[in-house]
Amino acid sequence: MTSATMSQTHDAAGAGAAHDGHDDHAYWSGGPMSWITTVDHKRIGVMYFVSAFVFFLVGGLEALLIRAQLGSPENTVLSADLYNQLFTMHGTTMVFLALMPLSAAFFNFIIPLQIGARDVAFPRLNAFSFWVFLFGGLLLNASFLFGGAPDAGWFGYANLTSTQYSTGMRVDFWVFGLQVLGVSSIAASLNFIVTIINLRAPGLKFMRLPTFTWMTLITSFLLILAFPAITVGLVMLMFDRTFGTGFFNPAMGGDVLLWQHLFWIFGHPEVYILILPAFGIISEVIPTFSRKTLFGYPFIIYSGILIAFLGFGVWAHHMFAVGLGPIANSVFSAATMLIAIPTGVKIFNWIATMWGGKLRLDSPLLFAVGFVAMFIIGGLSGVMHSSPPTDLQQTDTYFVVAHFHYVLFGGSMFALFAGIYYWFPKVTGRLMSEALAKTHFWIMFIGFNLTFFPMHWLGMHGLPRRTFTYQAGLGFEAMNLMATVGSFILGGSMLIFVWNLLRSTRKGRVAGPNPWAAPTLEWSLPSPPPHYNYRTIPTIEHRDPLWREGGEALDPEATGAPEPVMPSPSLWPIGLAAAIVIGAVGGLTQSLPVVLAGGALIFVCVFGWAFQPLER
Amino acid sequence: MSQNAAMDHHYTSTGIPHRKLLMWTFIGSECMLFGSLITGYLVYRGRSLVGPYPIDLLNIPFITVTTFVLLMSSLAMVLALSAVQRGRKGQARLWLAATAILGLIFLGGQVYEFSHFVHEGLGLTRNMFSATFFLLTGTHGAHVAIGVVWLSSLLVQSFRGKLGPEKAEIVEVAGLYWHFVDVVWIVLFTVIYLLVEA
Amino acid sequence: MSEPTAHGHGEPHVSNRTYVLIAVVLAVITAVEVMVFYIEALSPLLVPILLTLSASKFLLVVGFFMHLKYDGPMLRGLFAGPLAVAAAIILGMMALFGVFTG
Repeated sequence: MTSATMSQTHDAAGAGAAHDGHDDHAYWSGGPMSWITTVDHKRIGVMYFVSAFVFFLVGGLEALLIRAQLGSPENTVLSADLYNQLFTMHGTTMVFLALMPLSAAFFNFIIPLQIGARDVAFPRLNAFSFWVFLFGGLLLNASFLFGGAPDAGWFGYANLTSTQYSTGMRVDFWVFGLQVLGVSSIAASLNFIVTIINLRAPGLKFMRLPTFTWMTLITSFLLILAFPAITVGLVMLMFDRTFGTGFFNPAMGGDVLLWQHLFWIFGHPEVYILILPAFGIISEVIPTFSRKTLFGYPFIIYSGILIAFLGFGVWAHHMFAVGLGPIANSVFSAATMLIAIPTGVKIFNWIATMWGGKLRLDSPLLFAVGFVAMFIIGGLSGVMHSSPPTDLQQTDTYFVVAHFHYVLFGGSMFALFAGIYYWFPKVTGRLMSEALAKTHFWIMFIGFNLTFFPMHWLGMHGLPRRTFTYQAGLGFEAMNLMATVGSFILGGSMLIFVWNLLRSTRKGRVAGPNPWAAPTLEWSLPSPPPHYNYRTIPTIEHRDPLWREGGEALDPEATGAPEPVMPSPSLWPIGLAAAIVIGAVGGLTQSLPVVLAGGALIFVCVFGWAFQPLER
Repeated sequence: MSQNAAMDHHYTSTGIPHRKLLMWTFIGSECMLFGSLITGYLVYRGRSLVGPYPIDLLNIPFITVTTFVLLMSSLAMVLALSAVQRGRKGQARLWLAATAILGLIFLGGQVYEFSHFVHEGLGLTRNMFSATFFLLTGTHGAHVAIGVVWLSSLLVQSFRGKLGPEKAEIVEVAGLYWHFVDVVWIVLFTVIYLLVEA
Repeated sequence: MSEPTAHGHGEPHVSNRTYVLIAVVLAVITAVEVMVFYIEALSPLLVPILLTLSASKFLLVVGFFMHLKYDGPMLRGLFAGPLAVAAAIILGMMALFGVFTG
């Protein structure tokens, strides 16, 4: 592989002023107020990315503290109490505040560009989703300052969360924080479903949609259908804690298992919510860097739909150890094994796309290949869990920790990094340093495997998860130390990434519209795109429009059409988000006046919003 | 499909207006919300350790009347939409007001029912029936209340002369919400009241 | 796939007469439901009868008042899909909690 960099870069003839340092007309120009009131999907995407990445670093620091504690037996870096808070917040943060919003950052920035739209269907609702996410994340983390963070696990199993076993406000922060984040996710998903169905450029039929757009659509459906289950579970838990009902209290006729069911009816589709956007990114990157159309496009799409559909019928495989009985266990086991089929189909499609292609091993492809390899390992250990007898051996051991980190870090995070390196030029107009990117990849790859591969053995040897220490002489020392060293290498690789990100934003090489010679519509626009995206909405004739004859002629700036009128900035979205969080703060402090104040503010903001015209 | 059509703000790929598509998608999500709540109600049926039990309290003739009221509010709602579409302002106001008032009567019935239950010793925390019943019907009632506020704001808009036929879409969307709330009640009426465990 | 379908939105598809007729049918079905509830002889068949009657009311409101009968496959799918998932989860959970087996 020669370092085939951007030799195929399109001549930046049509690239306007935004490319040579004059950022006056770029979508990002304007003061802080213009960001607070923005309804531009590109700015919202950038804000999602920055906030989510900060939360990702916070979650990563929590992980490093956990690993520091586990580096040696009977260690005292962390108390048991702090350890419980950290593993709870690490899981909650990574799932709800890092991976999901990082995917949302891509949805926001890329989807309207990919489908030939000027913005999402509901720009203000989009801004609202972001602010609710940010405030919800801050609310959740504020718990550290007020008596300690949630400590009942990211799954919050009853009755760990009952007032009897969790005094104080820790679990209340978790309940209200997640409830607020649910509002954000549902609002955003409704928006993206309508956007993708309704704002496709003329000729962009469903079976011509880019795979990333397809996976976003499927993910959005999963979100709107999965989140209500945990919403109901959280309301029941809130009732139990605040009013003293007995939904999860066996002494009152309740059942702790109802929580587990509701949580995993949400939680299993949630796993696919975290991985399907990654599948989408990979399905964009691999064809571009193989110079070959995606192999078996319809199979990739239908597999995604099938995975999502089956995802609602397998939740109890997280609960085999509960003892649901042989019939239930067999049904959920069989359904789980079925999911391996569409997932395997996708992996074969990616490999077949690369097969015989002219591979250019630039950083996005490097991360994509890393994803495929790591995800196969995570997928294989996952399908082992689908067999109840095997699962019983692995439940609550480090084997499970190894498995889901191979899926969520080796899978989702590798893919998200592939996406970052791939779309960074479109977002900023500049390329990231390839040398630093490759260094980042190899250090991260080594650190990741050093951290998580030994956990398979640790789990098989019986090291339980969620336990703050272990005794010496049980044979856990060496591999725990290895994992701890690996985790710090992994953490170090993030410094290289952050340095590359910050440096390239200012000093990266100017990218031009299509530095990777990619096939999808977003690359027909200047980098960065103007705030209205498309002056003239293009007509789409093919699945890979830029790889077809006439693809170059898509340049929308050349038509001389007037600059489109875009939605005006608005303060109501951030206002409504703040009002909701005020209501949540009232709920978790059990202060009726604050709840009522939040309610009144919500009322004011909804009407202020409804009567403010979109374009002024 | 010309590019000019694409420039038009009302252009959508499917021909379905954005807001209508949004409402149907939201209704899909609401199916799962009420589905989860109904699940909670049904799996805890007959698990109350102490009384009063549903059979002691549920007043079928009373709830039949409020159910009828809510069904008729759906009729008023479609008639309101039809009037707005045809530009009949007077009729539109009449039917919008009727929908909201019928919704309020239903809510009044629910308030009466709840306070009667509490008076009979069924506080929220009394048993599994009270917890699941108040959560499920309370969530439904909150939806009705939001619908009443929404319809009232449409009524105000109508009196301000801002609800002509060109605004029929927002009435249609409000109507979809209202009918869905009615549909949920059709299910709850059967599941909670008529199929009460003996 | 479902590409642009004709949606003459803003055009009332259904006459007010039909709406009133549907409402009368809904009221009658509700009356029948309550009668079935009180007839002792029907109690073994109470569940299937009531579920059928309830489902028919459900379909009437969704089909006519919510216009789904006249809308394209897109909106029908958007409603029917989630409804099916919700129904399956309710039934699955009832089975898991032994509601059917006692």
